[in-house]
Amino acid sequence: MDANAQPTHQLVRMRGRSYVAFVFSPVVPIIGWLEGIDATLARSPGFFVGKPVVLDLSAVDLSQTAIAHLVTSLEQRNIRILGIEGVDETHLTTGMPPLLTGGRHCVLTHNETKKPEAKPKPMSLLLESPVRSGQSVVFTEGDVTVLGSVGSGAEIVAGGSIHVYGTLRGRAMAGVNGNSAARIYCQKIEAELLAIDGYYQTAEEIDVTLRNRPAQAWLQGETMKITPLN
Amino acid sequence: MTKVLVVTSGKGGVGKTTSTAALGAALAQLGEKVVVIDFDVGLRNLDLVLGAERRVVFDLINVVQGVAKLSQALIRDKRLENLWLLPASQTRDKDALTDEGVRGIIAELRTKFDWILCDSPAGIERGAMLAMRYADEAVIVTNPEVSSVRDSDRIIGMLDSKTVKAEKGERVEKHVLITRYDSARASRGEMLSIDDILEILATPLLGIIPESQDVLRASNVGSPVTLNNAASAPARSYFDAARRLMGETVTMMVPAERKGLMNRLLGRRAA
Repeated sequence: MDANAQPTHQLVRMRGRSYVAFVFSPVVPIIGWLEGIDATLARSPGFFVGKPVVLDLSAVDLSQTAIAHLVTSLEQRNIRILGIEGVDETHLTTGMPPLLTGGRHCVLTHNETKKPEAKPKPMSLLLESPVRSGQSVVFTEGDVTVLGSVGSGAEIVAGGSIHVYGTLRGRAMAGVNGNSAARIYCQKIEAELLAIDGYYQTAEEIDVTLRNRPAQAWLQGETMKITPLN
Repeated sequence: MTKVLVVTSGKGGVGKTTSTAALGAALAQLGEKVVVIDFDVGLRNLDLVLGAERRVVFDLINVVQGVAKLSQALIRDKRLENLWLLPASQTRDKDALTDEGVRGIIAELRTKFDWILCDSPAGIERGAMLAMRYADEAVIVTNPEVSSVRDSDRIIGMLDSKTVKAEKGERVEKHVLITRYDSARASRGEMLSIDDILEILATPLLGIIPESQDVLRASNVGSPVTLNNAASAPARSYFDAARRLMGETVTMMVPAERKGLMNRLLGRRAA
């Protein structure tokens, strides 16, 4: 092997690569089209900042000066033109963006940072203290659980079921959004009124033998059933 | 540290004013420096119960409106040098009270007294709201009957939501004081039992004051019952309650009736 090998001349390496760019296709009148761009910018000022933009002039027939004017107008709006397509090369000067050919359609993907998705709303509400007379708890999104008692003259309105781990002396209205599968559970029933999906029973109608015992109420068709919980 | 205590109930006629006077006097008798404020603007009574009605020159509203200085409106009790009264106005109504004004007065009194007792008017309107607004603790006066207990429940709910402490996320310390407890009627089942009341209100008990002629007698002579007849049963109960407010542990005594055989027989028959 020849120890003194001729050093090979390093050529500048050229590689091809394709990128995605926005394509603007101006239409006549150009002034009207620019107003459209302005309107977009007014809504989101930074929309085109730093994004590659290509001008497709195939739909319009513009002179060299008109093209130069259009490019400057866009530059004044902070939109930099990467290249121009759909125009005869003779219409372009050397100071203008280069002519591009062979562009292919693609779907634009937005790389904007997505807003963190809003946390799913809680489906149940937990009340750790007693619900006092005169207080009204309305939670139409789901179940309500009360760890204390519900006082006489208080009311609980829930989209789902109602659970009371104390004495229910006030009013309980479950399934207010038309949820007939909702139920009312309580450790001790002395309720003034129970309602599920609009069907209700007042204190007078509740069986005396149930009073002061754990009970649940549910709908069977169009009748409210109240049974002891054991 | 000064404690602002509101004596409230929701319902009228349960003994708020009597209890404010008795607790205020008891605390003063136990050596604390106490001011009692009558918030019942337009229907003042605390001055009568304390026997200071003929010495009222300026009142709460005068101070709120800047007509008088606080020191001019405060009336010192003749019998207890530790007890002061800030009377309400009888000629005005509760709209004359402002949140701002009450806050200023409470703040100023805090620098001078150990206890500030606010005698709330009945109801849940402006006067009652402002009486509880700046409270650290609350005594909820309840009679052993359903309407009183339900109103107390309502007031407790408001203490947990409408006071400055509640709005800051803190808790107003609450105590239930059961007044006009009649052991004879309780034994016949004509009144709500203590257990029922406490179960409904879910709030610690401060004391049980027995129904007694001594309370009425003391009010009529313009003297808190703890001062007028300190040995009477209601006075002893108020003293115990005052000691509990001061943080002492005092065994709770349920007033029991000493019944003879005849009474017992009659009691049974009546029930």
